[in-house]
Amino acid sequence: MNGEKSADLLEVAGVSRHFGGVHALSEVSLAVAEGEVHALIGPNGAGKTTLIHQLSGAQTPDAGTIRFAGEDVTRLPMHARVARGIARSWQVTNVFGRLTALDNVALAVQGRQRDWGGSFRFWAPVDKERAIVDEAAAWLAEVGLAGRESTVAGSLAHGEQRQLELALALATKPRLLLLDEPMAGMGPEESERVVELIEHLGRKVTLLLVEHDMDAVFRLADRISVLVGGRLICTDLPDAVRAHPEVRKAYLGDADA
Amino acid sequence: MAGEGMKSALYRQSARRRGLAFAALLALAALPPLLQALGQDFYVSVAARMLIFALAATSLNFIVGFGGLVAFGHAAFFGAGAYAVAILAERGVTSAFVAWPAAAALAGGLALLIGAISLRTRGVYFIMITLAFAQMIYYLFISLKAWGGDDGLPLMARSTFGPFDLGNDATFYWVALACLAAALFLLDRIAHARFGRVLQGIRENESRMAALGYPVAAYQLACFVIGGTLAGLAGALIANHSLLASPNLLHWTQSGTLLVMVIVGGVGTLYGGFAGALTLLLLEELLTGVTVHWHAALGLLLLVVVFRAPRGVAAWLHGLFSRGGTK
Repeated sequence: MNGEKSADLLEVAGVSRHFGGVHALSEVSLAVAEGEVHALIGPNGAGKTTLIHQLSGAQTPDAGTIRFAGEDVTRLPMHARVARGIARSWQVTNVFGRLTALDNVALAVQGRQRDWGGSFRFWAPVDKERAIVDEAAAWLAEVGLAGRESTVAGSLAHGEQRQLELALALATKPRLLLLDEPMAGMGPEESERVVELIEHLGRKVTLLLVEHDMDAVFRLADRISVLVGGRLICTDLPDAVRAHPEVRKAYLGDADA
Repeated sequence: MAGEGMKSALYRQSARRRGLAFAALLALAALPPLLQALGQDFYVSVAARMLIFALAATSLNFIVGFGGLVAFGHAAFFGAGAYAVAILAERGVTSAFVAWPAAAALAGGLALLIGAISLRTRGVYFIMITLAFAQMIYYLFISLKAWGGDDGLPLMARSTFGPFDLGNDATFYWVALACLAAALFLLDRIAHARFGRVLQGIRENESRMAALGYPVAAYQLACFVIGGTLAGLAGALIANHSLLASPNLLHWTQSGTLLVMVIVGGVGTLYGGFAGALTLLLLEELLTGVTVHWHAALGLLLLVVVFRAPRGVAAWLHGLFSRGGTK
């Protein structure tokens, strides 16, 4: 995919965030083009997850602006950003543990309903709304969880819960999907399945991917941004990033440089 | 199709359960003639009081158990409903068809105001701020001499109810039963509708719901208002029952009693408020004749419930009935 040709979907300008005296993010500027798979890498504590929090609306930056599809969303609460098309996943699995896999995704599908009353409907049983139930089942199939519909989310295997988490994010029909370490804690086989899934998703939706697995990052990403100590030190094509002296020094380790 | 037959864990609806509910309703409806045949007319009024408290506890259980909001100011809505009926009666509005909806609407409006402010906080702060609002209303009413101050505001007679005479204890009992049954039916529908599914999600994982695009606070506020409105109706009934809008109804201990009923009965189960109110008031009725220290027995009961039936009496009974019975 060629990021340069399309307009930037996400524009981050001078975003800073500090916790007490700790500068988690210092004037981070970043652009993600419509349709690209953009990876965000950096050592532990570099501020990757903090940046995802600012973008998703879980936190609000101390300074700087975030524009999405041309609109300033810096101060919007999370639910309003989701309505505009920004979805996210979490580093630590975040699903509805006591609901079935299908009910989990049905909630996500229902959240998008803008027909009369939306979710302020108090009478008709939601279980009988075929459109919602069928679409939820389709999303489960999309992430490879067909056949697991009636399993309670909390008793799914770790990898399956990660897949369910992706289904939840996808079912909000985002234009931009923020994935925070989607392969965290997975075995090699599970990871491979998720990498394939992300490759498949990358053709449909713009992705901003935080990931530690470098093989996966270089395989998936159209462009890579490197965050070190809360500062963005470069954004470039994978090969250029691999060769970038500062990146090698700060992140990949310069022992073999 | 994959979704066939799948249900949320709580508030499970089935033909069998509907049958049981209908049988219970019939049995409850048959109580007044039964008591009268036994020459125990006095207990019809006692039973009506239990149903009214069951409605109040049910309305609180919707907020606490289904909305996941531990509110400690439910007395405000209960008492507001009672005062609304008494004040309207004083001004000559005695029809139940006007006064009771007005009482419910007033309590609902109050819940909207208190909820909109209180829902900016969470957890212990939410408990404290709802308690603070309720106490403010309590002190407001005991300081208003025009509305009876410490003594409360008496009603000259029960509300008029079309051709029916609510002064008849059996008739009043049936009306209270109808209100409770209607509220339970309504809350059961809500629990299974889109709105109920959203509340369930919020209770499970609030931040995830925000990340699915739900404005969480708006749904919690709606839940709070529904609970407050039903408490207002219960308040209208209790004022009719005792022919008095008493400031005691607004006191924080009233909120505490309702909360204990919910915990004993079963937090988050449809019949939890009903089971809790029945258990507590029966215990009170049985033990006050024996000892003035009946609260000690209540303490023991709470301990038993917490350790032996942590999901409450309703869930415990449900377990007994469904053992081996359901698929």
